[in-house]
Amino acid sequence: MRLRTPLSNAKGLGSAGEGAHHWWMQRLSSLALLPLTLWLAISIVLFPEMDYVSAVAWMQTPVAAIGMSLLVISLFYHVQLGLQVIIEDYVGGALKIASLIALNFTCIIMVFIGLYSIIKVSF
Amino acid sequence: MSVSQRPLSPHLQVYSWHLTMALSILHRMTGVFLSFGAVALVIVLASMASGSNAYSFAHDALTHPIGLLFLFAWTFALYFHMANGVRHLVWDAGLGLGKKVASSSGWYVLAFAVLATLASWLPMAIGAVS
Repeated sequence: MRLRTPLSNAKGLGSAGEGAHHWWMQRLSSLALLPLTLWLAISIVLFPEMDYVSAVAWMQTPVAAIGMSLLVISLFYHVQLGLQVIIEDYVGGALKIASLIALNFTCIIMVFIGLYSIIKVSF
Repeated sequence: MSVSQRPLSPHLQVYSWHLTMALSILHRMTGVFLSFGAVALVIVLASMASGSNAYSFAHDALTHPIGLLFLFAWTFALYFHMANGVRHLVWDAGLGLGKKVASSSGWYVLAFAVLATLASWLPMAIGAVS
């Protein structure tokens, strides 16, 4: 016996109405982070000097500015998706809603601070 | 909410530890820990935008022994979470789900994380010695 309507079956979005969107976005952001975090780790390891002038000069290169921007965006998207699941698993009631709101706001604020800083340094 | 007197289903403590479950928990723990690293990254970026004084404050904090300890732990957490994430992606493709394969891929992930962490800190260790 099938309880789902033919339309909901065709849409394949499940009871939450959004299907595998969260799951899929988590995988996509992880795929994006794979080269980006490796690039950052290798850049830091191979970076000879960590003083202010060298760090700014590095950030002013197009590769560093664009790579770091992509990293900040996909990193906090992945953080948001991952921590959301953990909060949903371990936190209940009103605290759950408050934590989720705080998480979303924090991630968005972090992305904007990151992007603003990168743009300010690179121009 | 009233406390239920009914028996509970078997929970974590009745199972003997396996590598796969330990790594599963470690994946979450490193994920949470790396989220704080992401915030630290943004703080460093913001300090660069705020000028040389703010940057040297962030630089001094991260090169302080406690800061270095955090950086080292973040390096390991990053490589572990990265390799174990790839392991998850392979599972999502329906591959490597057997009991033996899942255990051995776990050992490979741990080995990669340890080796990549040591390789990343090698230049600095050599610099400190010489």
